Amino acid sequence: MPRSGQFLLALLALICPANGELHFNRDIRPILADTCFNCHGVDEGSRKAGLRLDTAEGAYENYDGFRAIVPGDLKESELIYRIFNDDEDEVMPPPDHPHQLSETQKNTLKQWVLEGGKYEGHWAFIPPEKAQIVGSSKWGENAIDSFIFKKITEAGLTPQPEASRETLLRRLSLDLTGLPPTLDEQKTFLNDKSPDAYEKLVDRLLSSPRYGERMAMWWLDGARYADTHGFQADWERYQWPWRDWVIRSFNQNMPFDQFTIEQLAGDMLPNATNSQIVATGFNRNHRINTEGGSLAAEWHVENVIDRVETTGSVWMGLTFNCCRCHDHKYDPISQKEFYQFYSFFNNVPEKGVERGTPKNFEPTIKVEDPEAENKVIQPESAIAEIEKTLSSAKEKAAADLNENILRKFKNPWTTQKPTKITSKGKTAFTLQVDGSYLATGAKPATDLRTIILEPNLKNLSSFQIEALSDPSFPNKGYARGHNGNFVLSGINAHVIQNGKKDIPVKIAKARASYEQKGYPVSSSLDGKANTGWAVDGNTKREARQAVFDLAKPITLKLGQQLKITLNFGAFPNHSIDRFRLSATDVKSPPLSPATLDQATILAIKTPHQKRSPKQRKLLAAYLSQHPTPDLSERLTKIDQLKAEITKLQGSAPTVMVMKELPNPRKAHILDRGEYDQPKEEVTAGLPSILPPIPKGEKMNRLGLARWLVDKKHPLTARVQVNRIWENLFGTGLVESSENFGTQADYPSHPQLLDWLAVDFVENNWDLKDLIKTMVMSATYRQSSKLDSIRREKDPQNRLLSRGPRFRLQAEMIRDQALAVSGLINDKIGGPSVRPYQPAGIWSEFNFYGNLRNYKHDTNGNQYRRSLYTIWKRTAAPPAMTLFDMGSREVCSVKRAKTNTPLQALALMNDVTYVESAKALAQQMMSSGKNPEAWIRDGFKRTVTREITKSELSVLLKGYQRRLNHFKRNPEAAKSLLSLGEMKVDPKKDPAQLASLTTVASLILNLDEIITKG
Amino acid sequence: MDPLSNELNRRTFLKTSAHGFGALGLGSLLAKDDGMLIGTHHKPKAKRIIYMFQSGAPSQMDLFDPKPDLGERFSEDLPDSIRMGQRITGMTSGQKTLPVAPSIFKFAQHGQSGAWLSELLPHTAKVADDLCIIKSMHTEAINHDPAITFFQTGHQLAGRPSIGSWMSYGLGSSNKDLPTYVVLTSRGTGRPNDQPLYDRLWGSGFISTQHAGVKFRNTGDPVLYLSNPDGVDRPMRRDMLDDLAALNGERHQIVGDPEIEARIAQYEMAFRMQASVPELTDVKGESQEVLDLYGPEVKKPGSYAANCLLARRLAERDVRFIQLFHQGWDHHGGLPKALKGQCSDTDHPTAGLLTDLKQRGMLEDTLLVWGGEFGRTTYCQGKLTRENYGRDHHPKCFSMWMAGAGIKKGITIGKTDDYCYNILEDPIHVHDLNATILHLLGVDHERLTYRFQGRQFRLTDVHGKLIKQALS
Repeated sequence: MPRSGQFLLALLALICPANGELHFNRDIRPILADTCFNCHGVDEGSRKAGLRLDTAEGAYENYDGFRAIVPGDLKESELIYRIFNDDEDEVMPPPDHPHQLSETQKNTLKQWVLEGGKYEGHWAFIPPEKAQIVGSSKWGENAIDSFIFKKITEAGLTPQPEASRETLLRRLSLDLTGLPPTLDEQKTFLNDKSPDAYEKLVDRLLSSPRYGERMAMWWLDGARYADTHGFQADWERYQWPWRDWVIRSFNQNMPFDQFTIEQLAGDMLPNATNSQIVATGFNRNHRINTEGGSLAAEWHVENVIDRVETTGSVWMGLTFNCCRCHDHKYDPISQKEFYQFYSFFNNVPEKGVERGTPKNFEPTIKVEDPEAENKVIQPESAIAEIEKTLSSAKEKAAADLNENILRKFKNPWTTQKPTKITSKGKTAFTLQVDGSYLATGAKPATDLRTIILEPNLKNLSSFQIEALSDPSFPNKGYARGHNGNFVLSGINAHVIQNGKKDIPVKIAKARASYEQKGYPVSSSLDGKANTGWAVDGNTKREARQAVFDLAKPITLKLGQQLKITLNFGAFPNHSIDRFRLSATDVKSPPLSPATLDQATILAIKTPHQKRSPKQRKLLAAYLSQHPTPDLSERLTKIDQLKAEITKLQGSAPTVMVMKELPNPRKAHILDRGEYDQPKEEVTAGLPSILPPIPKGEKMNRLGLARWLVDKKHPLTARVQVNRIWENLFGTGLVESSENFGTQADYPSHPQLLDWLAVDFVENNWDLKDLIKTMVMSATYRQSSKLDSIRREKDPQNRLLSRGPRFRLQAEMIRDQALAVSGLINDKIGGPSVRPYQPAGIWSEFNFYGNLRNYKHDTNGNQYRRSLYTIWKRTAAPPAMTLFDMGSREVCSVKRAKTNTPLQALALMNDVTYVESAKALAQQMMSSGKNPEAWIRDGFKRTVTREITKSELSVLLKGYQRRLNHFKRNPEAAKSLLSLGEMKVDPKKDPAQLASLTTVASLILNLDEIITKG
Repeated sequence: MDPLSNELNRRTFLKTSAHGFGALGLGSLLAKDDGMLIGTHHKPKAKRIIYMFQSGAPSQMDLFDPKPDLGERFSEDLPDSIRMGQRITGMTSGQKTLPVAPSIFKFAQHGQSGAWLSELLPHTAKVADDLCIIKSMHTEAINHDPAITFFQTGHQLAGRPSIGSWMSYGLGSSNKDLPTYVVLTSRGTGRPNDQPLYDRLWGSGFISTQHAGVKFRNTGDPVLYLSNPDGVDRPMRRDMLDDLAALNGERHQIVGDPEIEARIAQYEMAFRMQASVPELTDVKGESQEVLDLYGPEVKKPGSYAANCLLARRLAERDVRFIQLFHQGWDHHGGLPKALKGQCSDTDHPTAGLLTDLKQRGMLEDTLLVWGGEFGRTTYCQGKLTRENYGRDHHPKCFSMWMAGAGIKKGITIGKTDDYCYNILEDPIHVHDLNATILHLLGVDHERLTYRFQGRQFRLTDVHGKLIKQALS
């Protein structure tokens, strides 16, 4: 294995300083932690022979005459005796132990004991201090470079020179905004010859609103932000206002301590603002179980543990999950401390299992739009304006009331007595005193009924069917069968005459006084057999009317009759079994004519001056029911304005947030971590290995948040500066950026890490400033060229002897394609969107939940930046996961950077990239007159540099070959150009555009494009 | 002659670079050809596995574990002495009684081994002497999502690598044109809209994403984004890839980053997959005799039968971990009818696959596993009649079977009590099964670890014992 051999040599060079002096934290602890702590560590339960090696006391202790380590004395040190031992029964670790010591490791331990066997506390648990800046001023821009330069030179290397301005521009733009520079931005920067041009660029990019989006892309992984609840049916949730809070906070450069406190405990701040409560959505982003039959007690525990794990990982780089079941094997955190920490997050008024619905689960808060207050001022004052004259208008209307108005209250409907009712199912009908007919006799499952009428009306314009309930029916409903409900699945009318063909009568519209959800009366006209009008007959009793307005009034001639056919074929035993028929010649007659009581009629008839106060009251009530046109106009206007206000206030989305129960829930140590095995009760508390809570703070979630950003906390600042470093340089100063516990990798530059951490805190946790410090360094600005000496001495670039070069993260790859092609829609925030996605991703193996049958947006939202893509946890967008984005089911603070054939397939064939190539090609064609100019333009637009001669030659020749092909196969050109929603300019030559699309596609597939160099 | 192919012949960049790769980038799939382990821990019995996961949980007392005496206890309440206070799901915890529902299906002994099998499995019955039936499986979760996640990743919650991705990580790829871990899914006719599956079941959790299972899809391209866009044919793709390689190669001369070489190689692998996958899924060359082995549904794309045949073709091409998921086994009500549907989907093709492998001499080095995420209750959920019943989830005992490489033939392991509620002999935990699968593929489950968040993770956590009784 020459590759790993080479790598090991280089690694040894990195970790073994020339003077050979060993450091416990750097050189010894990792060996002991891997090999010994399992049986000789903090966990009492699994400790063998009572010996612990994770503390100096344990290692030096006298165990009946044996001591594991006697500083400086190899002979007396039992540890040395045991590891250099051939006897199966004596050798340590035991022969069947999965982690055996290598010869090098044994010798390192030997050397360490010889040097005095000194222990140190774990480096990451000791508060950082600013080391004096070392090194020389020979190279570099700022403090970072001094630390880096020292190590580079110690390894016998020199830094790489500064990268080209084009490279720097692209590197910076991608790092700070997640997007490549536009042609204009290229021009501005490349033409700026001032000495501070680079700094100006940094400042411009940091103040771009794209910066907040780019930082959010980073933060959302750890926050396990997604658009679904994540279990089984995977219902939708609407947590995006929290995502927008994150973008806004980064753009406002909210200090990281405040950013921390608001997300963890914004709800507990005195006079918390709406925005501060929205921020606490962070710890409600976890999955929520909605699977039927799940036990709430079990899943409540999992919700709380998710918060513990996430908070631990994101802020401290500590994972607590081992301590759920037992004391931590490596980190000095006990099971009891785990459940004390758990107590902080245990007091949310939540259910462990929710009913499967697409919604946000309590506790939630409406998200105030800071603008909403201003927006309602206008309609509110308009209402006040109308109300000023409203009471005088009402008085006038009352004064004007007289008996003319009573004409309006005449019942327009005439009850009809059919000449014949027939039933296909042989049901008989009996006339009742109220003019209705009650079904008796046969009870067919489905029925077709024909009613013959001879209405005595000149111009019959509408007829009405009233369904009446009857106490003899099931549920005292409307039908004899089943549950009392009916479904009228079809209705039609004909004019009939003996010996002549029936003339159909067109029904224009159907209206009803009541409609069951999903069963509107209009569906009795839709011609479909399985739909119809229903009225919740299993629970309701009121008479229900359906009015059928004819397209044209009919006049029956002598010998003619009206035939109405009712179809009850949709559901068995769902017929209207007591009904009344009426007809009218009034145009658009009301469903149920209004009636007036005698007192009101009398009041109306009484002249205004003579009306008693009681009568005036009656008339005021009458007018509110039957306003005059003038009043009606005023009141309608007020209603509209009120609706507008409600909409402005009420359309506010909600977000799931944290809330504290008035009395904390009891928390217990859970035996083996099982929810139904509670042991000793515990209250909120902090791990003893870390500093105590700051003075004056309460032991609650707010106290915890403030403790995390206390100056004395050894982890928070280190973890954050390391993760920011990782974003920019590809690898953290601590490679295990997800873990700062005792198993953490030792920092490549411990003093630099500490310097940055302290500086960050001293600088009021200013993130933009921290990033600026990093990108202003000469270290960052180096060329990323890898030559043979670096390949040998610094293969992984842990010494930072060259600039960063690594594959772009998933979102950036897609966003870049959208940006360079000009397709991008740069709207910030709002509900999540649906870009292209292969068919079936949501539906292929999940038949539950509301997110199925994915359809991509066609309104431009398909071109929004990738961080707005709707994220279904159990079937995440493949275009993102193929490029190493996690599933967002649990907190994840580090992404891999793989290089796979499936990525190649996506970049070549996904419609997103094909369409981008097409759009890019079309732009290229507008840039000049010939293919050479087009290709030069496209290359520069995308790669941010001039194309080389040989590159141009390859692309130009390829263009010509494929142009010939498309000329001979115009159908192929047409097919390629029709992919995606974007329509190409019909004036462009299809063969040329298609061939140029293949060139653009090639450019979008370049290693240089999907890599930050 | 097409000028494109002419051009191809003239260019040699790829030819030279395809053989000339030195150190490949660390993040690349090809660099991991040997896997993280250098060789296996011990000589493997199985070169590959076909794991037929029956999602939703098949009913053990209706298929593998007959309890004829329960006929006399029809509708009697489950005795407390049997339930022993064990928790039950929210779906039946509200029932006034837990009435015993005896199976309506007839059982008979089959083969020389005399294995008991239900009348619903006539084809499986014919290969009974090849099976190692385990009646004493047990698990920890009582709901589908955590239970199937537990089977696949050794943990009930999301975030851990799946068993197939552990294998990819540990052993790497054994072929150069196809993924290492392939997943095939099908819907059951017994309950067409049944429990969902999730990406995480074949995901790679905290291990690098290139180890995630590649799910072959039943609609569109079998592999995502496999087909060239309309208007681009295979010679043109070749032509474009040659240009791409030339440009990337030029950049590599300047930048020196080995990731670029790896990238070129990945594009070549993608190009090969564009040919190898359609070749794989095209079953035109299969004889009628072979097709008949898999039953009448074999030509229906996306059916379990079609997937069984595809599994054999994947196995022939040295795909290491092949996993089928058949949905539709979650029978809370109407079990007799639904179970018949599921068995008619799966019985014939499953036995056919075993037979086909056997006649090709591949059963010797292919491990077969059949089973679901838990069992079903002896008591009825909902209304109980003589002819109809439903069963709730039961984690305390259920049946699975293994066959093929390294597995004893014609044996039955484990015994359950008279109610098929508790295990009496040889309890086998999910971790034990997973440890055994890894063992047969040459991997010691205690030594295949991945360091994450400072801890060495294993598929089997700190548990798992080999099912020694099952090993030949």
